[in-house]
Amino acid sequence: MALPQAKLDATEARLSALALPEGGWSDPARQDALARLRAMGLPTARDEYWKYTRPDTLVTADAPAAAVLDQDDETPLFAARDRLKIVFVDGVFSAADSDDLSLEGVSVDRLAEAKDIHWAKDLYGVLEAQGQTPVARPLAALNTAFASDGVLIHVTGKVSKPINLIYRHEDSTSDAILHHVIKLDAGAEATILENGPAAARFNQCIEVDVADSATLHHIRAQGRDHERRAATHIFARLGQESTFKSFTLTVNGMLTRNEVMIDITGDDAVAHVAGACMGDGAFHHDDTIFVTHDAVNCESRQVFKKVLRNGATGVFQGKILVKPGAQKTDGYQISQALLLDGDSQFLAKPELEIYADDVACSHGSTSGAIDEEGLFYLRARGVPRGTAEDLLTIAFIAEAVQEIEDESLQEELVERVAAWLARRRS
Amino acid sequence: MLEIKNLHVKLEEEDKQILKGVDLTVEAGKVHAIMGPNGSGKSTLSYVLSGKDGYEVTEGSAALEGKDLLDMDVEERAAAGLFLAFQYPVEIPGVGNMTFLRTAVNAQRKARGEEEMSSAEFLKVIREKAKSLKIDAEMLKRPVNVGFSGGEKKRNEILQMAMLEPRMCILDETDSGLDVDAMKLVADGVNALRDSGRGFLVITHYQRLLDHIKPDVVHIMADGRIIKTGGPELALEVEKNGYADILAEVA
Ligand SMILES: Nc1ncnc2c1ncn2[C@@H]1O[C@H](COP(=O)(O)OP(=O)(O)OP(=O)(O)O)[C@@H](O)[C@H]1O
Ligand SMILES: [Mg+2]
Repeated sequence: MALPQAKLDATEARLSALALPEGGWSDPARQDALARLRAMGLPTARDEYWKYTRPDTLVTADAPAAAVLDQDDETPLFAARDRLKIVFVDGVFSAADSDDLSLEGVSVDRLAEAKDIHWAKDLYGVLEAQGQTPVARPLAALNTAFASDGVLIHVTGKVSKPINLIYRHEDSTSDAILHHVIKLDAGAEATILENGPAAARFNQCIEVDVADSATLHHIRAQGRDHERRAATHIFARLGQESTFKSFTLTVNGMLTRNEVMIDITGDDAVAHVAGACMGDGAFHHDDTIFVTHDAVNCESRQVFKKVLRNGATGVFQGKILVKPGAQKTDGYQISQALLLDGDSQFLAKPELEIYADDVACSHGSTSGAIDEEGLFYLRARGVPRGTAEDLLTIAFIAEAVQEIEDESLQEELVERVAAWLARRRS
Repeated sequence: MLEIKNLHVKLEEEDKQILKGVDLTVEAGKVHAIMGPNGSGKSTLSYVLSGKDGYEVTEGSAALEGKDLLDMDVEERAAAGLFLAFQYPVEIPGVGNMTFLRTAVNAQRKARGEEEMSSAEFLKVIREKAKSLKIDAEMLKRPVNVGFSGGEKKRNEILQMAMLEPRMCILDETDSGLDVDAMKLVADGVNALRDSGRGFLVITHYQRLLDHIKPDVVHIMADGRIIKTGGPELALEVEKNGYADILAEVA
């Protein structure tokens, strides 16, 4: 089917501003991705999948400018932890700020430097390409084709400390495209932390292959810069008895679209995706999730909480697809918004598609104001209104935050949220 | 301690008068009980005193130790020493009982210009008080009132009261839903707080509670007014004969 002219024009306009990097082993994958992208075209507001989120500023040739936030009031997240730091500034790797990339149980290479035949060849663009059906994700294809850098993480054992990808934003017009590949061998275990705004506009793609009995924890905090924009994709493939848990905290940002596609291919696997976002004013946040169960006795959870005020918008499009034969699937999905005033809105499209008969899937979506009864109760015990509202707000996101296994990480993120709330009140 | 004069209250949303001139004074050191038919306005009185939204005071006044209560925010009333044990304690998912109580204790202390309680001290005090109310550590960790049985919720209210050490305690049907043993625990909890500087207003339907918490004064409320006031014998009369005689008497 021929693409509409508007789509073709938009796509070519964007492509004209990009050049395929010299990628060595990744060149064929990049060529393929470019062909995929040309075939589907970049998203426009007419696309069903982009009904609730306007894609235009994500696809323009130049990134709309975004002021850099002066973050002197807060130390960067995770700073107090023992971790392996990998720093990108506006999408450019900073060797000076990064740690030495060698660590027991894992090999880390930079995409831009791994010119030789590489293990990542079997994954780079492969999981992304598979994730293009049944719904097209053109920004991910664009990413595969044009990613300027990223990390290729091969986890072979139990990694002793988390790998922390840090994305600094220093240039108000930066337009970053990063692509990571994370491969866990059977039984391997790792924690990936990500934090920072990355750029004025950030296109990120992560391909994750979790082999049998392997475990990956992923905790991400998208930066506080008010005007930044981001379109991110995670494509994860889960083997037998594997575990993948991903949590994202988003505070501020003008536009964020986080897509997560999980393909559960091995029996007895566990996949949790969760997120909490806090938005005030010009804030649009979209979680688009697609979990496919294609194995027996697997568990998946999607838990998303959005706190919105002053005209902020939250979007949730979440799907659980249970393929024929994926018996004993335990699927759970909840998306909820706390609207702190009448101006904010939450748009939700929860979906279940089930082709097996012995499954337990539940989903729910709600939006509401702060619980007046609870507020009165807290105040009647002497808790000032503002503090009481904050307690209830943090309680609201608790279900999502508790999806993070490590309690100290839960606490660290909740502290950030509490600080954000406190700033709104002062 | 608590001085209520000619209090008239209507619903904010509709034209419905609920309290129609309540006069009531609770002196420091005394326990007053209020009994009265369902719907007579007992809970409404307790809500209005604690500052709940939805009610409009059209006439009259209420003061705590000489300070105008009706002029204060909900939390200010609490810090001034007013405490309401709710007829229906509210469940707050996601907020731990301990966090909640510590925040409350310290917020009140701060509002009064007192020093905040350290975590260690708080833990010590709450463990002791919870123990005497047979509230175990697991219940303290759970979210406020979530999954608590009716009786556990009521005991939790008394624990809060014991921690906050208010000047004026209003108990709205704290006995309802309690088994005999729990009733005794709750009554002991209340009695332990009785002292010359503290006032109590106990709303109840049953003499049973008043066997344990001996009131100094008993009031009968009907249709938004106190229609009769007497000693402990008044509660016994209600227990025996119901409200018909008293209602007929004042009609
Ligand atoms: N928010 C409200 N909206 C509508 N009606 C109300 C509201 N609050 C109180 N009322 C009405 O006011 C009257 C008094 O209610 P209240 O709860 O104070 O009675 P009560 O004496 O505590 O009764 P009970 O013994 O059953 O607890 C009732 O008729 C009740 O329905
Ligand atoms: Mg009542």
